[in-house]
Amino acid sequence: MTLAAFLLLFLASLAGWVWNRRAAAALWRGGARLHSLPSYHGGTAALAVAVPGLALIFIWLSLQGAAIDWLVLASLPDAAMAGQDPGARALLQSEIASLARGQVFGTPEPWKLEAAARLTLLGQTSRALLLGAVALISVAAIFLARRRVAAAFRARQNVEHILLGLMIGCALVAIFTTIGIVASLAVESARFFSMVPMREFLFGTAWEPQIPIRADQVAGVGAFGWLPVILGTIVITVIAVGFAVPVGLFSAVYLNEFASPRLRAVAKPLLEMLAGIPTVVYGFFAVLTVAPALRSFAAGWGIDVAPNTALVAGGVMGIMLIPFIASFADDALSAVPRALRDGSLALGATRAETVTKVLIPAAIPGIAGGVLLAVSRAVGETMIVVMAAGLIARMTINPLDSVTTVTVQIVTLLIGDTSFDNPKTLAAFALGMMLFLVTLGINVLALRLVRKYREIYD
Amino acid sequence: MQTPSKISAQGVNVHYGTTQALQDVSVEIAPATVTAFIGPSGCGKSTFLRCLNRMNDTIVGCRVEGRITLDGQDIYAPSVDPVQLRAQVGMVFQKPNPFPKSIYENVAYGPRIHGLARGRADLDEIVEKSLRRAALWGEVKDRLDAPGTGLSGGQQQRLCIARAIATAPEVLLMDEPCSALDPIATAQVEELIDELRATFAVVIVTHSMQQAARVSQKTAFFHLGSLVEFGETGQIFTTPRDPRTESYITGRIG
Repeated sequence: MTLAAFLLLFLASLAGWVWNRRAAAALWRGGARLHSLPSYHGGTAALAVAVPGLALIFIWLSLQGAAIDWLVLASLPDAAMAGQDPGARALLQSEIASLARGQVFGTPEPWKLEAAARLTLLGQTSRALLLGAVALISVAAIFLARRRVAAAFRARQNVEHILLGLMIGCALVAIFTTIGIVASLAVESARFFSMVPMREFLFGTAWEPQIPIRADQVAGVGAFGWLPVILGTIVITVIAVGFAVPVGLFSAVYLNEFASPRLRAVAKPLLEMLAGIPTVVYGFFAVLTVAPALRSFAAGWGIDVAPNTALVAGGVMGIMLIPFIASFADDALSAVPRALRDGSLALGATRAETVTKVLIPAAIPGIAGGVLLAVSRAVGETMIVVMAAGLIARMTINPLDSVTTVTVQIVTLLIGDTSFDNPKTLAAFALGMMLFLVTLGINVLALRLVRKYREIYD
Repeated sequence: MQTPSKISAQGVNVHYGTTQALQDVSVEIAPATVTAFIGPSGCGKSTFLRCLNRMNDTIVGCRVEGRITLDGQDIYAPSVDPVQLRAQVGMVFQKPNPFPKSIYENVAYGPRIHGLARGRADLDEIVEKSLRRAALWGEVKDRLDAPGTGLSGGQQQRLCIARAIATAPEVLLMDEPCSALDPIATAQVEELIDELRATFAVVIVTHSMQQAARVSQKTAFFHLGSLVEFGETGQIFTTPRDPRTESYITGRIG
């Protein structure tokens, strides 16, 4: 039935388009000088049908569930409702709903069957009414739009305005989603901080969040100091970015300035293929290939290396980041005007001098954009570190030791038993909030630095 | 009086891939002289100019044949380092192209990479001297740290000239240096070219015949990839020997 409503709306919209277009075309053939082309008149009609129709369907569907539930509950005998808490009431509702779907367990009381029948009936009525309303609104819109077809009618601007509104709507979706995410993080974090003092979280150096959720569980006493966790994230990010920036930048410089066109045509897609590898594949590459290789290599030197090390997780993450940096740097270098390159070469600079002294400084904003993206990716990257970094939080900056990261801890806190009135689970939101703030801070800082130091060319 | 040529080109052919851009060009560039290359667009004058400091090397698929010598030394010989050659033969481009650095750093760029200065004071002196010679010192001496890209078009072009002469070249190549400038800036640059002639051999490519007549002593007329006529500027403009030259300078072709 809902599908029928959409179909009806689409057909009505199409009909409005054709009818208006024909009317405008007839005016034009009749010798009138139209302000707008017939297709704009058609577009006006199509949008005049589609926009209010879609709005109606959307509002109807989002309200009908609550309205029907309310009607069904209100019709129940008072005896069934007396003294019920909200939990029991919700239980009763879902029982009625499953009866209405035909899933009958045991022998329900007759009033429950009656309520289920009522629920089914109300649902059918609502959908039929929706279809009727859509039909009504479509026909009304078609005739209203048809009446406006005239030589002087500014259908072109009209379409423009409606499309502008749609674009604003799309932009608002992104903005409100962001606001929603931040708000939900903030609310849950606030609950966490009402149980664990903020001072302990921000300055504590121990992270042992696996406290019991049920009374019968055996678990730790709990410590919620985020410093070792964020330190682990910083160590891994520094290793990853420290590896990816030089490799990515130099490969971009080589491909852009030195490589022959034929080599470039092969090498660039290969490099960009790195970006297409799923992070989980990088994860087991790190665990199964790189980590054992590093261990046996280090053993040859007499160095004992943990099975999970920051170096392996960071290094493999660095490989993942190479294409980001390389492709941003490549674009930025290509955008530097040829005149600057020629100017430097004509002064007797070598190609390498030209790259380091003129091209890279001029391309810094673009390169920094790539590095920034890489840092954000590294801080937020989860899969590689879940597989290749450790789980135990340690205050260490030794890259050969096992460390854990903010994202790994969020994952471990949210798998298994969760309970949203317990600091163990809520700690995940606090960590998420801090991660968001750190990434935001890095972005703002880096943008300012770039704006301050970039060399502007025209 | 016959002075030895600074640059001597004999039988130069240039190909871009399969198209021939220059055909059997021979020109003698005299020291302390301004030589102008004129001709319609696409006639190969800029291509020839870029042969003189081997800037064509940077273009993929470009082939240069023939013999070009600087002070008798073949500049296409394997023993010649094109990077060193370009320090000896400076170049100024059509569109001012200052680096996105400070005015000071723009001029200091060449001396720095060639190690011409023995210290900061030395470098300061080279920068000041170059800017003075480019007639720009008075306008920028109080803001040497300001970005070179913030100057006006004419100032930018004089900055590029200062940058080119800071590496102490012997020849200065100019590829339509005034085509992006207004008449006042053009006059300043032309005056500057006349002064630079005392020290350098200057080669200038120009679309403006009046400019060639004003600043040059020798003029070469190119047409369709070959050198049509080469001689004293006065003679080319008053009594051209080739009918094509006459057509061009009287405005019938090009």
